Amino acid sequence: MTFPALNPAALLNALPGNIAQGLVWGIMAVGLYMTFRLLHFSDLTVDGSFATGGATAVMLIISGVPSPLALLAAFGAGLLAGLVTGLLHTALGIPDILSGILTQIALYSVNLRIMGARANQAVSVDKYFLVISLRKINRSLLTGALIVLAICVVLYWFFGTELGSSIRATGSNPSMAKAQGININTAKVLTLMLSNGIVAMAGGLLAQYQGFSDVNMGRGAIVIGLAAIIIGETLGEAIFGRHLNFFGRLIFVALGGVIYYIVVGLVLWLKMPSNDLKLFTAMIVAAFLAIPNLREKARNSYGKAAKKGGAGNGDAGAK
Amino acid sequence: MAMLELNNVRKIFNPGTINEKTALEGVSLSLEEGDFVTVIGGNGAGKSTMLNAIAGVWPIDEGSIRIDGEAITGIPEYRRARYLGRVFQDPNTGTAADMQIDENLALAARRGQKRTLRWGITRKEKESYRELLATLDLGLEDRMTAKVGLLSGGQRQALTLLMASLQQPKLLLLDEHTAALDPRTAKKVLEITNRIVTEQNLTALMITHNMKDAIRTGNRLVMMHEGQIIYDVRGEEKEHLQVSDLMKKFEQASGGEFANDRMMLS
Repeated sequence: MTFPALNPAALLNALPGNIAQGLVWGIMAVGLYMTFRLLHFSDLTVDGSFATGGATAVMLIISGVPSPLALLAAFGAGLLAGLVTGLLHTALGIPDILSGILTQIALYSVNLRIMGARANQAVSVDKYFLVISLRKINRSLLTGALIVLAICVVLYWFFGTELGSSIRATGSNPSMAKAQGININTAKVLTLMLSNGIVAMAGGLLAQYQGFSDVNMGRGAIVIGLAAIIIGETLGEAIFGRHLNFFGRLIFVALGGVIYYIVVGLVLWLKMPSNDLKLFTAMIVAAFLAIPNLREKARNSYGKAAKKGGAGNGDAGAK
Repeated sequence: MAMLELNNVRKIFNPGTINEKTALEGVSLSLEEGDFVTVIGGNGAGKSTMLNAIAGVWPIDEGSIRIDGEAITGIPEYRRARYLGRVFQDPNTGTAADMQIDENLALAARRGQKRTLRWGITRKEKESYRELLATLDLGLEDRMTAKVGLLSGGQRQALTLLMASLQQPKLLLLDEHTAALDPRTAKKVLEITNRIVTEQNLTALMITHNMKDAIRTGNRLVMMHEGQIIYDVRGEEKEHLQVSDLMKKFEQASGGEFANDRMMLS
């Protein structure tokens, strides 16, 4: 089989765009990392708060607010979304995944309201100064990389502070955290807020990058974020092993987003049906999440135990 | 003034259901500063429930609790932590497995304090932790940046003890903290416990299923049965106590069902 239409130059041309988009999703993944890995909380709010960030940023920019400020406002909107999920979970006792889903669904309506009852809103780079834009790809790559770096530095600092340590303790062992005088509910709410703030900011960046916000732009965000986390961690651990510190981990998670979008670009270049993209992504994430468990099972299986122990001969394994 | 004062504390679990259980039936207990009290009793006697009531794991139904004169009955668990050092039966409960040894100590050093945006551990602290860990004689001082999840159960309990006593607590709660360890490790952890309690002159409550340990350790012994304290002995009287005395006492209280109980062990 030959691919006459496959032009290497087309792949190369698409690369900068894929990297820029990957950087934005990398920021989203770093936000997700806080809840998913540090708090052990699967937060589905992000599908909604990502779009909230996009909607907030675009509406503010087209009403005349400078785009960096609009980005800050998107962060603030994300904080609020996280606060809602956090209160549903801690104050009202709703299980973590359900709290996130409830906020996510509610945000769909909220996002439509923000966008003036329209499913999408355009923001043109010709009319406004945008932080990043696919029309200004070189500058966007630099800005994107700087934002990633800044966020990773801030988070590295934050999780090294007394407050950040108390969040890590809450995620690692809530009983221990309580015994050490940590209010685990506050810690959870705070983490959910910060995480969704960063996710919403990523949404605000993506909307500027692509020139519009869309009420569906966050659909499946958590899966893309997880893919980035898994790709990044796997790669980071493969290269640095046990020397991978927290800062390196955050950087690699962001890089995971970039690699993900490079692979997506490759898949599209190969003329695979783009409608199947989410299916492939879900399958890859499921596979990676399953690997540690399957490995453990293989090491520790009844079948293996039976083989080792022989057919009911109790002494066979004892030598 | 008493360091700990339980006044007629009652706790009923699952009230109004078929699983209703009166776990504490009007427990009153007063500990003087420096009292080291061992607590014994069969399964379901209310020993752990009493410790959890003091720690504030849930609110009590009746009665009151004071620590060093301060009423804490209405204060939630995380805010009581400022007064309490706790070591649990399960070695996994007292430490954060994903965090380093020194980070765990730093968390404990800030028990009861506001957690700010200052750096979570200082260089000076690290030095003092190294010396402190060396006193355990477990080699942990050379593994300060190792994740606690890599430690054995005994090492984790010893570390938890250090953490519990790092900010001198008004009361140390030891909930069968040697029960999950092998006999040799249990002995070592008990030695460390004795040393820390004596050195810092701590007030402590220690639950144990080992009657010999209960007699040998501390200056006072209480026995619980069906949510009540049925025996309270201290000083010289306690020193002369024999395991057989305790068994007799227990048989009187429980009406001869002793043979089935876990207290038979040792």
